[in-house]
Amino acid sequence: MNWKNYFTTSIGKKILVGATGLFLILFLVVHCYVNAMIFWCDGGKHFTEAAAFMGGNVAVRILEIGLFLGLGLHIIQGLMLWSQNAARRSVRYEVSAGNKTSKWYSRSMGLLGTLILLFLILHLFHFWAPNRYGQAFDAGWKEEDLYEKMMVVFTPMWVVIVYLLGCFSLAWHLMHGFYSGFQTFGLATNRYKGIIRSVGVAFAILIPLIFASMPVYMHFMANSHP
Amino acid sequence: MALNSKIPAGPIDAKWKTYKSTCKLVNPANKRQLEIIVVGTGLAGASAAASLGEMGYKVKAFCFQDSPRRAHSIAAQGGINAAKNYQNDGDSTYRLFYDTIKGGDYRAREGNVHRLAEVSASIIDQCVAQGVPFAREYGGLLSNRSFGGTQVQRTFYAAGQTGQQLLIGAYQALERQVALGTVEMYSRHEMLEVVKIDGKARGIIARNLVTGELERHFGHAVLLCTGGYGNVFYLSTNAMGSNVTAAWKAHRQGAFFGNPCFTQIHPTCIPVSGDHQSKLTLMSESLRNDGRIWVPKKQGDNRKPTDIAEEERDYYLERRYPAFGNLVPRDVASRAAKERCDAGYGVGSSKMAVYLDFAAAIERYGKIEANKQGKGNLDKASIIALGKDVVKEKYGNLFDMYAKITGENPYEVPMRIYPAVHYTMGGLWVDYELMTTVPNLYALGEANFSDHGANRLGASALMQGLADGYFVIPYTLGNNLADDIRTKAIPTDHPAFVAAEKEVSDRINRMMNIKGKESVESFHKRLGKIMWDKCGMGRNAKGLEEAIREIQALRKEFWSNVRIPGEVKEFNPELDKAGRVADFIELGELMCKDALHREESCGGHFREESQTEDGEALRDDEKFMYVAAWEFKGESQFELHKETLDYEVVHPSARSYK
Amino acid sequence: MQHYNMNLTLKVWRQRNNKVKGHFETFQVKNISSEMSFLEMFDVLNEQLVAEGKDPIAFDHDCREGICGMCSMHINGRSHGPWDQTTTCQLHMREYKDGDTIVVEPWRANAFPVIRDLVVDRSSFDRIIAAGGYVSVNTGNAVDANALPIEKQKADESFAAASCIGCGACVAACPNASAMLFVSAKIAHLALLPQGDPERKVRAVNMVQQMDTEGFGSCTNIGACEAECPKGISLENIARLNREYVGAVFSGSPRG
Repeated sequence: MNWKNYFTTSIGKKILVGATGLFLILFLVVHCYVNAMIFWCDGGKHFTEAAAFMGGNVAVRILEIGLFLGLGLHIIQGLMLWSQNAARRSVRYEVSAGNKTSKWYSRSMGLLGTLILLFLILHLFHFWAPNRYGQAFDAGWKEEDLYEKMMVVFTPMWVVIVYLLGCFSLAWHLMHGFYSGFQTFGLATNRYKGIIRSVGVAFAILIPLIFASMPVYMHFMANSHP
Repeated sequence: MALNSKIPAGPIDAKWKTYKSTCKLVNPANKRQLEIIVVGTGLAGASAAASLGEMGYKVKAFCFQDSPRRAHSIAAQGGINAAKNYQNDGDSTYRLFYDTIKGGDYRAREGNVHRLAEVSASIIDQCVAQGVPFAREYGGLLSNRSFGGTQVQRTFYAAGQTGQQLLIGAYQALERQVALGTVEMYSRHEMLEVVKIDGKARGIIARNLVTGELERHFGHAVLLCTGGYGNVFYLSTNAMGSNVTAAWKAHRQGAFFGNPCFTQIHPTCIPVSGDHQSKLTLMSESLRNDGRIWVPKKQGDNRKPTDIAEEERDYYLERRYPAFGNLVPRDVASRAAKERCDAGYGVGSSKMAVYLDFAAAIERYGKIEANKQGKGNLDKASIIALGKDVVKEKYGNLFDMYAKITGENPYEVPMRIYPAVHYTMGGLWVDYELMTTVPNLYALGEANFSDHGANRLGASALMQGLADGYFVIPYTLGNNLADDIRTKAIPTDHPAFVAAEKEVSDRINRMMNIKGKESVESFHKRLGKIMWDKCGMGRNAKGLEEAIREIQALRKEFWSNVRIPGEVKEFNPELDKAGRVADFIELGELMCKDALHREESCGGHFREESQTEDGEALRDDEKFMYVAAWEFKGESQFELHKETLDYEVVHPSARSYK
Repeated sequence: MQHYNMNLTLKVWRQRNNKVKGHFETFQVKNISSEMSFLEMFDVLNEQLVAEGKDPIAFDHDCREGICGMCSMHINGRSHGPWDQTTTCQLHMREYKDGDTIVVEPWRANAFPVIRDLVVDRSSFDRIIAAGGYVSVNTGNAVDANALPIEKQKADESFAAASCIGCGACVAACPNASAMLFVSAKIAHLALLPQGDPERKVRAVNMVQQMDTEGFGSCTNIGACEAECPKGISLENIARLNREYVGAVFSGSPRG
């Protein structure tokens, strides 16, 4: 059996999803940390500095490629698992156990992931694409002030709502994904299971909550300082 | 035809050693040319098929279930005996041999039983090597417990699932051979005929239970490892599918049936709750290690068990048999329960039950646990809570099972139990080499009659099944097949195969074409009732004569009024069952005839005419110290052959557990 | 315990064989005792069908004491019915009350094709065991059983995993029709014992490959298997299988 075979078995595929998932969780921590600087209440000074550093640093740019590869792998493998697993039972049950034997979000990772993906497209279009496009193709490019940009983007209410929905999907996705990633690597033993579950729940609530408070905060900032 | 048991000469402890070092061998190249058919994949069948496969024979294994792992050996709860003497309590091969002979009420062959005791230790070694997770002590070594009919602790166990763990060990060994290609596995196949060529068993006709097609399979030898026939009673602790069909077909082809009336009634089963009952569930004998059996001292006492004071309880086993108490052998415990219930002391709504009470054990364990934890002066409630935890660890799965079936909590109220048919000591007559009276046809495990005499001790069935499969047949089969290496595989278009297949097919069609009114299940229930009432725990001449007539009438009715729905060439469980019930009916008649002719009480066979003044079984060694081997001579005609039992080592005495 | 009788409506999957499509058929059963087991209730129904000249419902069952693993019904959406850690044969009718409707389906998974009605083919499980679920030791090769002490806790954990009855409820319950709980129980049983140690890597890799070949889905850690397992096999075994597999991958397995 060669390396490729190892990663194409059912466990192999899961390992890829799990590994990329845990990597994305790390990214969320960094992303959340940097963005949370908007709460310094300094008119975005700290935040803009950090954002500029992240935007202008070559190492970060290289890491970003890894991030996109990881994200892509996570999405592709995840969706493939979803569709392949769905095909393992051609005749469906008339009555299903529903939530009696498992959690709805554990069964809905494909759906939640897809919602997050849709949100992500919008999110990248808002905050990532303009700067990166300019950086690459526009000779006269100057880093856009993301703090200002947030004010603008989050002025209309519907954008805030879409972002909140995105965070909501992310929370439930993490509620399963955090624990699941550790389980996939065989780390959720009886000894550590409890801790991993608790940390997972805390993480799944805290990080999306911080993210969710950003559009809300900026929305009110924008509307109170026109 | 004179029966030759082929017991090797020499002192008892040298017989098997001498046999092993002098028996003929088959060289590896020849083994690859020899085909063996193994029917049944319980402990005996799976272990035999795996071992023979490992040795290089070409094996075909058959089972009627969907997987070899389902065989009913899996349900054995309590344990497996072995003369290891790990507990340093004076156990030895001789003692295991002696206990088994005595437990069998001196109706088993010394040579076979000694061999069983000799190989018992190797079984444990083999199973541990396979990864069977036996219970262990904190020091990492194997744990033992005691069982009925013995005064040493020689029973190895895996909670209440010993049979399951041993069977899975054998099943895994079997699947390993399947992967290696030495064993071909045929699940959902039922053997329906033995094919004989020139007087030797050379194959079988099997029915594929999924398609309904008949198949011919050749084998240089055929091993029947098809278990016991307790389901002749309809209600028993056997699995729903357990049947006598393979053994009965062999019997009709000339294999003698040994001691068919020797049936074991297990004392601790959950009582019958109504007419709907389809099977009975055993509560492991290991429970008698800690449970105390009692009935009220007052007849027809309807109070709740917890309201009956200690001095108003009759711990009748402890009273009658102080030396062994609650751990008397199964036949003795069963009869004692029946005696109390018949005398009007039974409990529960049916009054056909006695109590198995753990209150004393819970308190005793609670105190020990409290001391262990350094809490000497706990209140009673806390002690009982601790005790319940200990009992839960020992017997939790059995208690859960009891609670699910009865809806009662056995930690709070005593269990109600009653005897039920559990095991059949009788079976196909085999010689020392496990060969039946049909050359090249063998019977292993519960399917043969050999090792347990008139009563089997607890934890000995697993031992015998695995002994036969792992350690006996690999030698004895070779000894015979060494003379068969020039026999080429016989093509299955041989006239004998064609004729056998036609015979089977005709019988199936005859059955299907009756198109009567009564269901198979109903016939089975009626047969069971006759057997239980008249050939059950107590038997007498009048009842047995009636039973024979009733069964003969039932057979006629079956063959003129049974209704089998569906088609032959499809998955049709009703048809499968019909064939089995038809064979049970014929067997039932033979059992009654055997019971009628044996005018003594011994082991599980209790003739009411033959008992002592205080109601104990009365053996008649003068007249009946033999194995009754019955030859099939035509419908309802059986000829008795006797194999006299010579006791060279043990001197039969009245079996006393007082 | 109060005994009572009840009348029920049963909606049962009928399928003559795996070449034709199945459908539901509705039956009425009367005077069912609360003391009956679920399968005894089916016995009553089948006797009724035979009397009416109809085909009885085919279902798998054998020991009827919860250990052989042969019974396999999906009852009102639950594998082996609503009771925790209970096989269908041990489910008793006191769970139901007069007038209830019960929907009974076969285990549904492409790797478990229907043979007839509620009977499915689970031979894929045998093939998974044949792929490596054993210790390669021939009869007669064993050393003394007590030559190898095993830590009690490990022996107990191994036993807990080995108590799997191979019924397939985990597959039936899993939204992905994954057999991971079954496979992991065997892996854990043997990996926890020194006897199973020499083959642990090959075993993990080969059994997983066979599981995939048989067409089972992959595990996404949903946990329905554990909830429905009649023997309480824990998800920790799946964690262990994952660990064994990762270990085998990164250290390289000798064959497979």
